[in-house]
Amino acid sequence: MSVELNPNLPDPDGFYDELLQAHTGLSDTESEAYNARLVLIMANHIGERETLTRLLDAAR
Amino acid sequence: MVAVRYQTAFQLYPYEKVPEQTAQMAPVRHPVVIVGGGPVGLALALDLGKKGTPALVLDDHDGAGLGSKAICFAQRTLDIAHRLGASSPMVEKGVVWNVGRVFHGERQLFNFDLLPEEGHRNPAFINLQQPYFERFLVEEIRAAQADGALIEIRGRNQIAGLEQHADYVTLQVDTPDGPYRIEADYLIACDGARSTLREMMGLSFDGRVFEDSFLIADVRMTADFPTERWFWFEPPFKDSGQSALLHKQPDDVWRIDFQLGWDIDRAKEMNEDRIRARVDAMLSSQTGTVPDYELVWTSIYTFQCRRMQSFRHGPVFFAGDSAHQVSPFGARGANSGIQDADNLAWKLDLAVNGLANDVLLDSYATEREYGADENILHSSRATDFMTPKSKISRTFRDAVLHLAAKHSFARPMVNSGRLSMPCAYDGFALFGPDALKGGPAGARPGAPCPDAPDGNNFLLDQLGGGFIVLSIGGEAAPAVSAYSITAAPVHIDTPSDILRKRYLGDQESAVYLIRPDQHVVARWASFDEAAVGTALAKAIGKG
Ligand SMILES: Cc1cc2nc3c(=O)[nH]c(=O)nc-3n(C[C@H](O)[C@H](O)[C@H](O)COP(=O)(O)OP(=O)(O)OC[C@H]3O[C@@H](n4cnc5c(N)ncnc54)[C@H](O)[C@@H]3O)c2cc1C
Repeated sequence: MSVELNPNLPDPDGFYDELLQAHTGLSDTESEAYNARLVLIMANHIGERETLTRLLDAAR
Repeated sequence: MVAVRYQTAFQLYPYEKVPEQTAQMAPVRHPVVIVGGGPVGLALALDLGKKGTPALVLDDHDGAGLGSKAICFAQRTLDIAHRLGASSPMVEKGVVWNVGRVFHGERQLFNFDLLPEEGHRNPAFINLQQPYFERFLVEEIRAAQADGALIEIRGRNQIAGLEQHADYVTLQVDTPDGPYRIEADYLIACDGARSTLREMMGLSFDGRVFEDSFLIADVRMTADFPTERWFWFEPPFKDSGQSALLHKQPDDVWRIDFQLGWDIDRAKEMNEDRIRARVDAMLSSQTGTVPDYELVWTSIYTFQCRRMQSFRHGPVFFAGDSAHQVSPFGARGANSGIQDADNLAWKLDLAVNGLANDVLLDSYATEREYGADENILHSSRATDFMTPKSKISRTFRDAVLHLAAKHSFARPMVNSGRLSMPCAYDGFALFGPDALKGGPAGARPGAPCPDAPDGNNFLLDQLGGGFIVLSIGGEAAPAVSAYSITAAPVHIDTPSDILRKRYLGDQESAVYLIRPDQHVVARWASFDEAAVGTALAKAIGKG
């Protein structure tokens, strides 16, 4: 699968808001831990090893 | 003078003066001299001896060292030991465990049951104290000697000097009766991580030091305690460090490891009361009561992951810990060293018989250097998971642990050491074509042959020793020769379902060429003498 870097997310403002809200009330350390868990869950959901390598590159 | 550096658990090869030590005699030339009678040197000597090649082992002690070294021996090691005739007492004595529990702090995150995969003679691994492993090898060496194998082990023979010539080596050997000299066509350094031979030859041993200390306590307890492996990340018991591990060995002995960190006061940590306080806390953590136990052995160790740049230097070969060192997590030290011996024995045997060239001998080095890199990679990854080296790596590590308690997907990421698996020499020069369409990956060229049931026995019983042409289903293949080396035929007319699955996939028949170390050279759908002959020539470096 190639990495989608064009707009692909319905309701971008709504998602952004939800992401920030997930961090509400968390300390910086808790936020970091939360983000780490989120990355791992998303990675498992994607489940394609090569795609993940491309995503890691794209995020640089 | 031969200094005693450690106590021995068993005396296996007491010092005896040999005629060669007579001063007037010119040094005797031996085809193969192995320095070091640890697991690797012994396995190599046994393999050579059984093939009919004389092997002389020199060790500066007279038996297996006492104390906490290897306890976990993997299936591939047992399969090799079986080929050498030494595995039965190991498996009989060894402990097999299936249930493991992983804790983080007070909490059990999950447990697992390693249901054994069926259709193998040997279990995935056993726990057995290293001195027993060495003793069983020596016992088989004694049996082979009685059958005429030319193996000799000289205890309290210490290498004190080495002179390298183009095609042989002269050694200065110290004994309780003074020094003498011997010569070797091939010298195999199996003298451990602190290899004197490596040092004498001025060769480097580079890698990564892990700044950590581990306290090992072997405790004997006859109390009823489950045969399980328990591993803690950030154990909750007082002062017990970053991780802790508990698992069982034979003779009612339990191995306990505490990861204590780098800046520790060794003398203080070795204090018996202090060790007991930690052990009490661990053993009572699940039941609230401290069982009776006896401290059998305690020590503190640190480790490194490193390897020599090249495992061969002319007539000198390095094998086992002298060539590479890994962290103990994943039990790769002795296990990979036994694979070194397995890889080297048949090549040396051909060399001694004038049938090997430098391409074949060099392939020992390239293949096993690759094996060492793979082991170092796995053991470094385990270490980085157990001891995160930065804030973000700790964040991710803890995220994995947090998720593992709730979701099964995160459990395979939890890394407290991966079990040692033999490496497949994918793409290496001496391997041939994979011409079996849809052939199972587990038996691809380069891979070690997977075991499978065959009648009342197992397939691996029939492989190894020399080259084999294995035909499965279809017509029986004949023997094939190249350059005075013959691959003997083995035919399996009606393969078991498991054998079919592991070797045929959905094909009806297949022909495999297999090396003496049970690695697959090449495979085809049907027998073609020219193709097998070409692959055989290639496998001995003459392709
Ligand atoms: C705590 C701990 C736990 C481990 N757990 C495991 C495990 O579970 N599984 C596993 O596979 N591995 C494990 N290992 C690693 C394993 O112990 C080693 O990899 C293994 O002993 C290497 O075998 P070797 O034959 O290469 O060397 P050694 O066992 O070190 O043998 C070398 C021999 O050479 C002799 N010698 C040295 N110098 C000279 C000289 N100048 N002249 C003559 N003789 C000499 C020594 O006396 C010794 O007998 C563990 C190691 C440690 C420290």
